[in-house]
Amino acid sequence: MPSFVNPEKCDGCKGGEKTACMYICPNDLMVLNPDEMRAYNQEPDQCWECYSCVKICPQGAIEVRHYADICPMGGYVQPMRGTDSIMWTIKFRNGNMKRFKFPIRTTPEGSIKPYDGKPSPGADQLDNELLFTETADSDRATCKPSDFA
Amino acid sequence: MALPNKPTWELLAEPDLTKVPVEEHTYDALLVGGGMAACGAAWEIGKWLPDGATCALVDKAALERSGAVAQGLSAINTYIGENTPSDYVRMVRNDLMGVVREDLIFDLGRHVDDSVHHFEEWGLPIWKQKGDEGKKLTEGGKPVRTGKWQIMINGESYKCIVAEAAKAALEEKGYDLYERIFIVKLLLDANKENTIAGAVGFSVRENKVHIFKCKAMLVACGGAVNIFRPRSTDEGKGRAWYPVWNAGSTYTMCMQVGAEMTMMENRFTPSRFKDGYGPVGAWFLLFKATVTNGYGEHYVKSDRAKAELEKYAPYGLAPVTPTCLRNHLMLFEMKEGRGPIFMDTAAALNAFLEEKKAQGMDEKALKRYWKELESEAWEDFLDMSVGQAGLWASMNIEPEKVGSEIMPTEPYMLGSHSGCCGIWVSGPNEDWVPDEYKWGYNRMTTVNGLFTAGDGVGASGHKFSSGAHAEGRMAAKAMARYIRDNADFAPSLKQSEEELKEEIYKPVKVYYENYQKTTDEMVNPNYIKPRHMMERLMKYTDEYGGGWSPYYMTNGKLLEIVMKHLQWLREDSEKMAAGGLHELLRAWENLHRIWTVEDHLRHIQFREESRYPGFYYRGDFMQADDKDFDAGGWKCFVNSKYDPNTGEWTCMKKKCYQIISD
Repeated sequence: MPSFVNPEKCDGCKGGEKTACMYICPNDLMVLNPDEMRAYNQEPDQCWECYSCVKICPQGAIEVRHYADICPMGGYVQPMRGTDSIMWTIKFRNGNMKRFKFPIRTTPEGSIKPYDGKPSPGADQLDNELLFTETADSDRATCKPSDFA
Repeated sequence: MALPNKPTWELLAEPDLTKVPVEEHTYDALLVGGGMAACGAAWEIGKWLPDGATCALVDKAALERSGAVAQGLSAINTYIGENTPSDYVRMVRNDLMGVVREDLIFDLGRHVDDSVHHFEEWGLPIWKQKGDEGKKLTEGGKPVRTGKWQIMINGESYKCIVAEAAKAALEEKGYDLYERIFIVKLLLDANKENTIAGAVGFSVRENKVHIFKCKAMLVACGGAVNIFRPRSTDEGKGRAWYPVWNAGSTYTMCMQVGAEMTMMENRFTPSRFKDGYGPVGAWFLLFKATVTNGYGEHYVKSDRAKAELEKYAPYGLAPVTPTCLRNHLMLFEMKEGRGPIFMDTAAALNAFLEEKKAQGMDEKALKRYWKELESEAWEDFLDMSVGQAGLWASMNIEPEKVGSEIMPTEPYMLGSHSGCCGIWVSGPNEDWVPDEYKWGYNRMTTVNGLFTAGDGVGASGHKFSSGAHAEGRMAAKAMARYIRDNADFAPSLKQSEEELKEEIYKPVKVYYENYQKTTDEMVNPNYIKPRHMMERLMKYTDEYGGGWSPYYMTNGKLLEIVMKHLQWLREDSEKMAAGGLHELLRAWENLHRIWTVEDHLRHIQFREESRYPGFYYRGDFMQADDKDFDAGGWKCFVNSKYDPNTGEWTCMKKKCYQIISD
């Protein structure tokens, strides 16, 4: 289905300024019902199972029940995403389990300073095809097909 | 219980348009889209626009997880590294059956690595060869190459990292970011012919219409998905291979203002693990797995496969078989009754273990080695296609014990992966670029001030995530140049605020005028729901336009029928009905889908050959011609243009220049 929400755990992100799953879903599927203060997937058959909602949920309230028209029941894949790594738990239909942990980034979240220490080319550079981080002495950036003839 | 003739959406659409405000914004530069290309543009443009210039990025989703890389990726498929841009052109040209814009591909090859280096600087973990761990690419660290062009990454947070850099850049420059606003229509200038002046869209969070005016615009909203009947029958259709939210918006919006399109006949029908659509690249390249037919035969090596490939010389005889022809061989086996096709994962993984055993590796080390291998195999799915891991878990598949079926999917349209449909754009303004390929501003379409990148740029596939980012940057710089050169231009719109609001909210009006005329809001003779629109589109494109059910086969007669259906779909789209904001989003997406597919099928109708056997076939013209444009052949581009003034659609041939030698 796609993603589904455990009503026992979901609190509608009432402590936060936005409902996390609703904020993040790339396909506008997760939505908050303000009366119940619970979120749900409003169009499960358009869910990509991208797990963006699962990964972001502060309560761990979202899981995925895999596509009903494809998957025999009982398979389960659940992540725990930290700041520098992600841990996956996979449960097979027959009960077997596997766990994997992978790095996700090498820098602290929010630490990117995209212009720090980078060149600031002048307006006179606007007419060439170099990107702002590239310089005229870079062979790769300035090469032409005839260089490889 | 209440009758089911009321909208059930959480966020209802407002039928009283006096209660729907319109917000108007004016910027120098407008970036529409939030994927890799738009993020690249957001970062680059800040260094080129003069102080005091204004810029905004508008995304229908949230930048952090927007676009095709939302879920993550397990590899970067374009890193030139020790190779040359010329060799990159040769690879792309062969894979795409000879008809590509070599200027655009070469140009991209010059810049793409710079983007990759920055991804690593920002925090993306890139796998390194033993001994080079911790050493960055720019410090000479050797990446783990799976193929000549691909490098492996730990890419779960790939998009989050790239988006963080883009957001930080926008913030530092004082530019604006609008999330959850869906731009649905571009607007031409009232005074200046063939010149972009703005765009209109709406919020999917509140009842509000947004009009943007700008001097230059980048449209980079991905490719098109859910345009042909999916192989799934129900929920599984969400598990599209390409992101399900790519609705052809890039192509349709640019086409509607008269941008010339190119190679829209091209489509991508990837062969992937059946149903879960997990990636196969790492299995082929990293794990050296082979495919067999249902009888265990390595059919690609058979004499009959060789005979099939010979039919499509010279491409079929190239050292690396083009992607479409690999599909062709697979389909050939299936049609001859020798399916299903298997990826022999078990043999591949066990071969690694046997090799280590033969080298004398002891049991304990072997066990550790196996753990690493297993982890790499699963990460490939977990980084970018979790649904496939879910399918394997559901079917008790352990890849070291049993192979898995692979299968060509439903067709997709895109210009950045192994496909090349898209918009006809100017190449770089340099001497070596043929005159017909350049008109002053790199990546500008044939509409003044309208730029595109990533899936939007046609005839230059195999950019992938890194190339799309780099291309967004290239377009952004050209936009800054265009803005400088047109400093006096003051965009003015043809339509009034009220007219635009009426048009955007028309599906809402249709819905609320009619929804209580029956006892079930889904069944109403006065309107059609976006969902039903999409389903009708997918059924007919599949049956008549060469979807998977007729094995990707169409012909001139079948295309005549689908054209009639497309005409009816376009007429019926006037009666699309939306009770909620989410449904209004779907209504506009589906309008975009219809136009995009119509252009696709018009191109297939025009090109009297089967340029991409394995992706689609014209039963009445089964050959792939190698005769040049000048000799009256089809080794040329097919371009199309919709005229916004007359509503006429024309297709034409364009010469394809070879710039890089064989």
